[in-house]
Amino acid sequence: MDINMKIKSKSGKIGDWVFVIICLLVSVVCLLPMVNLLARSLSSTDALIRHQVYLWPKGWNLEAYATVLSDVKYIRAFFWTVFLTAVCTLVSLTMTTLCAYPLIFGGLKGRSAINIFITITMFFNAGTIPNYLLMKPLGLLNNPLVLIIPSCLSVYNMIIMRSFFYGIPDSLRESAEIDGASFFTILIKIYVPLSKPVLATLALFYAVGRWNGYSDALMYVNEPKLYPLQLLLYNILNNINSVEVATQEGFSAPGLTESLKAAIVMFSTVPILCIYPWLQKYFIHGVTLGAVKE
Amino acid sequence: MNSKKQPIAPRRKTSFKVYMKRYWQLYALLSLPLLYLLIFKYVPMIYIQIAFKKYSIVESVWKLPLAKNYGFEYFIKAFKSKDFILALRNTVGLNLLDLVIGFPAPIIFALILNELCFKRFKKVVQTIAYMPHFLSWVIIYGLALQLFAPSTGFINMILNNLGMESVPFLNESRHWVATYAGLGVWQNFGWGSIVYLAAIAGISPELYEAASVDGAGRFKKMWHITLPGIKPTIVVLLVMNLGNILGSNFDRPFALQNNLVMDVANVISTYVYKVGIKGLQFSLTTAVGLFQSVVGVFFLLMANWISRKLGERGIW
Repeated sequence: MDINMKIKSKSGKIGDWVFVIICLLVSVVCLLPMVNLLARSLSSTDALIRHQVYLWPKGWNLEAYATVLSDVKYIRAFFWTVFLTAVCTLVSLTMTTLCAYPLIFGGLKGRSAINIFITITMFFNAGTIPNYLLMKPLGLLNNPLVLIIPSCLSVYNMIIMRSFFYGIPDSLRESAEIDGASFFTILIKIYVPLSKPVLATLALFYAVGRWNGYSDALMYVNEPKLYPLQLLLYNILNNINSVEVATQEGFSAPGLTESLKAAIVMFSTVPILCIYPWLQKYFIHGVTLGAVKE
Repeated sequence: MNSKKQPIAPRRKTSFKVYMKRYWQLYALLSLPLLYLLIFKYVPMIYIQIAFKKYSIVESVWKLPLAKNYGFEYFIKAFKSKDFILALRNTVGLNLLDLVIGFPAPIIFALILNELCFKRFKKVVQTIAYMPHFLSWVIIYGLALQLFAPSTGFINMILNNLGMESVPFLNESRHWVATYAGLGVWQNFGWGSIVYLAAIAGISPELYEAASVDGAGRFKKMWHITLPGIKPTIVVLLVMNLGNILGSNFDRPFALQNNLVMDVANVISTYVYKVGIKGLQFSLTTAVGLFQSVVGVFFLLMANWISRKLGERGIW
């Protein structure tokens, strides 16, 4: 690398700065919509109507946030989604571990058949309508469990975890086996503690998937009380006001103000934006594991 | 499938009992995930038969009468329906557009990032670029409304101030298609670059040093070392994307579409939702879904075959 540095000419240095500028522009393009949104959420309705708000709030006020935070509908949807996300993440991580761990044992009889059974589901999907028709006999339509159970195992994530498990030296497992540890003990005492990075990554993937998902609620849930935040947001953005909710909870705002809409979008984005940067090194590793085949 | 085989104890004749005594725990652990896959991935396949039958809500699926034309009535009906043909065209068209615009973006971004020499700056740029991936399509739609709305949107406000006409980014078919593709790039370029950055990190630094000694400049190195180094990754991902050309995600088109642009925005997934779940035409939409799944599997197999022919490792 030393030679590289020495040879670097003046044009090379200019080149460095060109790339820096490109990256700055890219960052601006990523952040600009968020900054614009934040500015709008903090502006007065008046300034917004007069088209005066660009990237800095005009008529600075927190009214929109006050409205959001004092509305039972949003607060309930928020905590419902937080709860749902937490439960989903826990259930999904457990299911993924239960599926990935036994499959790393070469001695497991029927392993290749099980692998085929699992892989087929990645390539062939029965389709939206058959999945929908199944929910009724299972009693899951309009049931809060429909937002947890049908999506509780992603085979793709399971493969990431299995790749990670393969990376843990067999010798650790074997020495534990010689000491008489059962497979279950080995999982709890050795594999889970050593797998914190992949568990963190998959927890993030599952949590983001649940937090951001709305199609299952759209298809399987009619009861507005069970709507996750994203579906509520979708209805608000498209001015779909559920009449029942409006009358029941005194929510009466035909066509919400722009700043209120902005505040609601902000409100449903912030939790994830606060979490993902801290997990960066883990999810980069996770994505890379997913790309490498076993 | 798995190359790592664990050495197992020498087998004896009485092995089954001995084996189960040791291994039953693994089967117990597997039982729950396998039960899940059986119920939620395999059992729905029972309902595929309604694509060939006349659906009725009261009757069990097994007892439904066969549809006309040897059961193919609904397939024929789908291909005669203008809405489905449009949805099919839009699915393939939007996917191709994503492939042309959205596929190269992460590669270019990874190459640019790789050229940055300030480590901290690079990390900050990466963190920012990964952000859009974590936003739901509903939120991105919300952001797009604030940016692109006809008179109140950020961009159109600037255009109006400059004395230009508003651009109907979201309300006119052609502009909508461009916005759809652009938002796709915006959401995915950073996230997609992770895989390429990992591939670049795997290239031996000696190659770069040798090239420097030979007097190769920045772009020569990029062209002759970095790109060939990540070629296998590019090919595999390209083939995977090609194999998925008939696949349709639901969240993105559904969140972004509106009534004014339905002629270009309605894709198979949203068509099935509207006609099937909302319109209750279950047989028709199951037929459409079956068509999509079967052709999708066929494309994937073909894509994998092509990948192997090109001398790269297949997808599986």
